[in-house]
Amino acid sequence: MRKLALSDEILLSIETPARYTGGEVNSVMKDPEKVDIRFAMCFPDVYEIGMSHLGIQILYDMFNRREDTWCERVYSPWPDLDQVMRKEHIPLFALESQDPVKDFDFLGITIQYEMCYTNILQILDLSGIPLHAAERGEDDPLVIGGGPCTYNPEPLAPFFDLFYIGEGETVYDQLLDTYKKYKREGKNRKEFLKAAAKIPGIYVPSLYEASYHEDGTIASFAPVEEGIPEKIQKQIVMEITDTCYPKAPVVPFVKVTQDRVVLEIQRGCIRGCRFCQAGMLYRPTREREVDFLKERAVEMLDATGHEEISLSSLSSSDYSQLPELVSFLMEECGKRGVNISLPSLRIDAFSLDVMKKVQDIRKSSLTFAPEAGSQRLRDVINKGLTEEVILEGAGKAFEGGWTKVKLYFMLGLPTETEEDMKEIAHLAEKIAKRYYEIPKEQRHGKCQITVSTSFFVPKPFTPFQWAPMCREAEFLDRAKVVREEIHAQLNQKSIKYNWHEADVTVLEGILARGDRRVAPAIEAAYKKGALFDSWSEYFHPEYWREAFDQCGIDTDFYTVRERREEEIFPWDFIDIGVTKEFLLREWKNAAKEKVTPNCRMRCSGCGAARYEGGVCVESKG
Amino acid sequence: MKVRVKFSKEGAVKFIGHLDVMRYFQKAIRRAGIDVAYSEGFSPHMIMSFAAPLGVGVTSTGEYFDMELKSAVSSRQMEDAFNAQMAEGIRVLSVREIPQGKAHAAMSLVAAADYLVSFREGKAPAAGWQDRVRQFLDQKEIVILRKTKRSEKETDIRPWIYQMEVRQDAIFLQLAAGSVHNLKPELVLEAFAAFLGEELAPFALMVHRLETYANVGSEEERRLVPLEDLGKEIK
Repeated sequence: MRKLALSDEILLSIETPARYTGGEVNSVMKDPEKVDIRFAMCFPDVYEIGMSHLGIQILYDMFNRREDTWCERVYSPWPDLDQVMRKEHIPLFALESQDPVKDFDFLGITIQYEMCYTNILQILDLSGIPLHAAERGEDDPLVIGGGPCTYNPEPLAPFFDLFYIGEGETVYDQLLDTYKKYKREGKNRKEFLKAAAKIPGIYVPSLYEASYHEDGTIASFAPVEEGIPEKIQKQIVMEITDTCYPKAPVVPFVKVTQDRVVLEIQRGCIRGCRFCQAGMLYRPTREREVDFLKERAVEMLDATGHEEISLSSLSSSDYSQLPELVSFLMEECGKRGVNISLPSLRIDAFSLDVMKKVQDIRKSSLTFAPEAGSQRLRDVINKGLTEEVILEGAGKAFEGGWTKVKLYFMLGLPTETEEDMKEIAHLAEKIAKRYYEIPKEQRHGKCQITVSTSFFVPKPFTPFQWAPMCREAEFLDRAKVVREEIHAQLNQKSIKYNWHEADVTVLEGILARGDRRVAPAIEAAYKKGALFDSWSEYFHPEYWREAFDQCGIDTDFYTVRERREEEIFPWDFIDIGVTKEFLLREWKNAAKEKVTPNCRMRCSGCGAARYEGGVCVESKG
Repeated sequence: MKVRVKFSKEGAVKFIGHLDVMRYFQKAIRRAGIDVAYSEGFSPHMIMSFAAPLGVGVTSTGEYFDMELKSAVSSRQMEDAFNAQMAEGIRVLSVREIPQGKAHAAMSLVAAADYLVSFREGKAPAAGWQDRVRQFLDQKEIVILRKTKRSEKETDIRPWIYQMEVRQDAIFLQLAAGSVHNLKPELVLEAFAAFLGEELAPFALMVHRLETYANVGSEEERRLVPLEDLGKEIK
């Protein structure tokens, strides 16, 4: 029997102790004496969230296929255990071996959203690893970051030894082999980091330096010594079918957010919405072969016993083999009593037909993401969805028996006017009207239209990276305009309105486009008690306000300021294939309300074709 | 066909709650390729029911659930198929065919359970407690204060303690269980400590369930049989 890091007394006095005991089906045990590299893979949020993440499952599987490496998992201790660990000086441990993270060779942290930055410091702190890379010694693990937020790693630069920019499947083997060689040769941490910095996609922040203009913008950003690359090339897998994909993902005991088999059908998106970071980062769009997906779906269902399977991608309807895949899954899952979940589907005749077969219409709702209320603003953001398409889809759905519709919008988009905001209410009203056009005896009571708005955060590597962001009060004013306009509609009783918090959005904006000078404020906020910032019950905006004040940071510089075209951004040293020229062209097209066609309709020369694969080499229809 | 599965739960998995154990077995049944029956509807679920929920932190070698099968292979084959799929600490001990009908469901049959309760290091009552167990049990009534969310009430638990004896440094208990009179071993030990003039330290007890029984006799004249004995092996 495995020995646990926490005593029975502790485990019995905290919430959901099974978060910390490991031993799940398909988790991997190895003999620590027989491996060269011990890798702790961390998702800095609570177990139920972290265990739902596909990327970690892929890397866990990939690393553990190496005989010389044992990869284990680490998640953020919930505040109840956090307090106990601090009080009793219990070091943070990995789930499988229950050994302290401090004894590992690597601590890998996936950075999925800005609001987990303080949780990263908690992980380091509880592990007993110095927060600053510069203060770490030869016995400390190498702390490596990955995931979408590493496309602007600068606010976290001092806390990491290295960052992996891109998809993990490409150069991790090279990195681990280099580490093993250096370890065997008795070379030190610095020597290894220098060697690692020469591997494509690996960024060692301590080897780079920024200087600033008087106005605070970046004057230069460059490596501090010869032989270290100036630009870091994003890593992506071009042979996406032949790459690692776990056949037997870990099956948690406790109910996690994604308690299902996740089948990633493609990476990237052909659409080119101008606010969407993922849509630019993961270019070019690469589809997995349908036969491979069918095979893996069956293998994963067999190996996990999950009762549900879900397709994962940025826009499932754009997957060219979707009808074939879905009909296969419907037959296979029908036999096994397994549910199918189909998120991010465009509402059309095909998807309605499929959904009718796999869901209970009375209980499920239809989702549209117009993102903006007016056609004008939808053109600005390059969201191809038109009112006609929405009304037609909703109409078909209502006739098919659905009564619930969810609509997602953003407020605070560039060029947004009061009219654009009001159009959100008008669109909801038109959908409601469409419902009540159905004869009374044929419809099922009232319809329920839920309008949700989030506030727009400009992200690096999008055409809107130059855009100013709204202030907290402006955001709330805009939400008020929408709310009042909805109340003024004839069918207002059928329309429900939710909006996101504004204070957390502003913070996200600061961190998303921040530079190295923001790091001290993250640390200061953490020291004041900021933790689990993405959990509204734990979010304390005052800790952050005080931290920024204390560090002398003018947050407006990062949020409300409009950037000049030629400004050097903190993330410009990363090359994602998509060029800054293309993004700028798109920023200008946005101002002109000019739509850019999707990658399958016509190539717009974004630069991703350099990767020589995916949609860039498909024959255009 | 309806079958009864007996399993054990020991080691780190004792921290998995009852609902999660149910979910665990639903997935294990699929992995093992057991041909289980599903309910109708859009979200079909397995037709299964557990005998008696086990608290978080308690280990057991006598847990049960019943499930409906569409088709069955031999008991031995199903046991092996299950055990090829178990997480560390959980073992399937037997799979037996049981009669159809609600009256035969494990959940409604549970009448008693055996426990072995030991004390964590340094948390046992003062030396000599072993000699007082007999005296404790010889009391005509053992009244405790039972607290619920709404009220507190005095209850005599003596009738529901069927056996209590010292086994080395631990205490063996046979207690009423199930939906009619369910007595938790912790309550008995608290009463015993009070009888000794002591109070149990927090987390003093380690509880292990040994077996779960049905009563095939009468209320007055109990005849307890392990739940698995009510089923027969599928050859």
